[in-house]
Amino acid sequence: MEKIFVHPEALYDVSTHYCPGCGHGIAHRLIAEIIDELGIREKVIGIAPVGCAVVAYDYWDFDCSEAAHGRALAVATAIKRARPQNIVFTYQGDGDLAAIGTNETIHAANRGESLTVIFINNAVYGMTGGQMAPTTLLGQKTSTTINGREQEKHGYPLKISEMLALLPGVHYIERVSFHNPQGVLRAKQAIKLAFKNQINGLGFSLVEILSPCPTYWGLTPKESLDWIRDVMQKEFPLGKIK
Amino acid sequence: MLKKKVLISGNEAIAEGAIQAGCNFYAGYPITPQNELIAYMAKHMQQAGGVFIQAESELAAINMVYGASAAGSRAMTSSSSPGVSLKQEGISYISGAQLPAVIVNIMRGGPGLGNIAPAQSDYFQATRGGGHGDYHLIVLAPASVQEAYDLTQTSFYLADKYRIAVMILGDGILGQMMEPINLSTNKINAQPSKPWALTGCKGRKPNIIKSFFLREGALEEFNLKLQKNYDIIRKKETRYESLFLDDATIILVAYGTMARIAKSAVSQLRLTGKKIGLIRPISLWPFPEKVFQLKSKKVKYLVIEMSYGQMLEDVKLAVNGVSQVEFLGRSGGGVPSEKEIVSKVNKIL
Repeated sequence: MEKIFVHPEALYDVSTHYCPGCGHGIAHRLIAEIIDELGIREKVIGIAPVGCAVVAYDYWDFDCSEAAHGRALAVATAIKRARPQNIVFTYQGDGDLAAIGTNETIHAANRGESLTVIFINNAVYGMTGGQMAPTTLLGQKTSTTINGREQEKHGYPLKISEMLALLPGVHYIERVSFHNPQGVLRAKQAIKLAFKNQINGLGFSLVEILSPCPTYWGLTPKESLDWIRDVMQKEFPLGKIK
Repeated sequence: MLKKKVLISGNEAIAEGAIQAGCNFYAGYPITPQNELIAYMAKHMQQAGGVFIQAESELAAINMVYGASAAGSRAMTSSSSPGVSLKQEGISYISGAQLPAVIVNIMRGGPGLGNIAPAQSDYFQATRGGGHGDYHLIVLAPASVQEAYDLTQTSFYLADKYRIAVMILGDGILGQMMEPINLSTNKINAQPSKPWALTGCKGRKPNIIKSFFLREGALEEFNLKLQKNYDIIRKKETRYESLFLDDATIILVAYGTMARIAKSAVSQLRLTGKKIGLIRPISLWPFPEKVFQLKSKKVKYLVIEMSYGQMLEDVKLAVNGVSQVEFLGRSGGGVPSEKEIVSKVNKIL
């Protein structure tokens, strides 16, 4: 019988530390599957973020570096410039990419660095206990917006993907979502394209993934997926942005 | 070996020394008084087959050095005091990930934006680590343009040998002044193999560059490993210059540009028959404390700095209460003159 579902070579066969219903495990696996399918495991270099996914290298079976919070794209820029023959990607959360690292993000994109960025948007700071993220929705309760995010005090959810799309150095940006299996398959296509773009030397590519964080949304895993579909996607519409 | 004499500024000499040492990655951000260094790198790095990036910030520049070093490059960044403060986060991560790197600080006046005049007021920051965590940099302080060129080459060698960040600590005078120097390549600088570097995991297990140790006891274990490395460096990499220690009753202690002025004062005072000596620490970390322990109680030390007494603390620690330690210092653009030094010595005598 033909085997149609196998464990990716680029993913260690271990269980993760993520909470039930978290999207990181799905994102890790998709990246690993794509790396296998593209045959690049032996030349890929991943940058793990500060945040829940800091130990992504405990799950990925290829070369990885940590980066200081927000600095992943500065680190990745240098690795890619020093070793253009390698495939370099960053894996970053919303706080990392769109708050503390906004400057690094914008300038790496503006330089058109030949990099692949996987941007996990779960609208909250997970590792530190559920504080407001730049992408937290208006009205969303977090430990630092106890009455819900208010535009007068906290500003608006930051649409960094749309901002980055304005830059001529950016080749490809798409927003996808893990709210259902079709969404996961679409996310896989987008991530694969973002890696292929680097292989083909086309420039900066970023995939934003709307990803569930049931623990700090105060929802069950199933409710979290529905919340992405019914609430989050209204603020962060899916599709190709550039 | 081709011996070529050129007239060059300290900033340019550091840049050329780096290129001669095989530096193949530079990232920096403009700040006075070290702008000649970044400009030299922009002009010559590509020609040398390396990468030059003008970063969007000091934070980005030091994190680019982190990335380049992780990928096996010989990487350098340079700045001046306020910019080096910004780099401290990255320097701590570089130290935690045991990445070799060379960081240049051409010091200017502080605190805050300060001014662009020469200063030595970043000594504490440089020699105590500067960022968070228990770590040290090797800190080398050249006193001439030739020495800036030579020590930059040494820095890359030491950085690779010990997997440590090395800081070249100069000041605005050293960076700006021009002197004729011999451009000769230091032969100890062959590029070593770096089996730990990120190159893609072909034919081996994945390499991980990290400074995060969550398991109970793991960070303490790692920190002890760092301390062991520092102990070896303390034993093997102490550098200093000394003058007239045999008969000196007063020993001036100064580093970098300040040591040159102190040296002139020593010559002047000895012409009048006064027994004055000099210790010029070249490695500020590790501090050459042993040379202070060779002398009897009767010797007095005069520490001279372009600060209000930072290296002074290391001299006092080295002397450990055995001898009298006096101080002369100015900061914020003031540079103690030969005349001020002579007058201070005459008061102590």
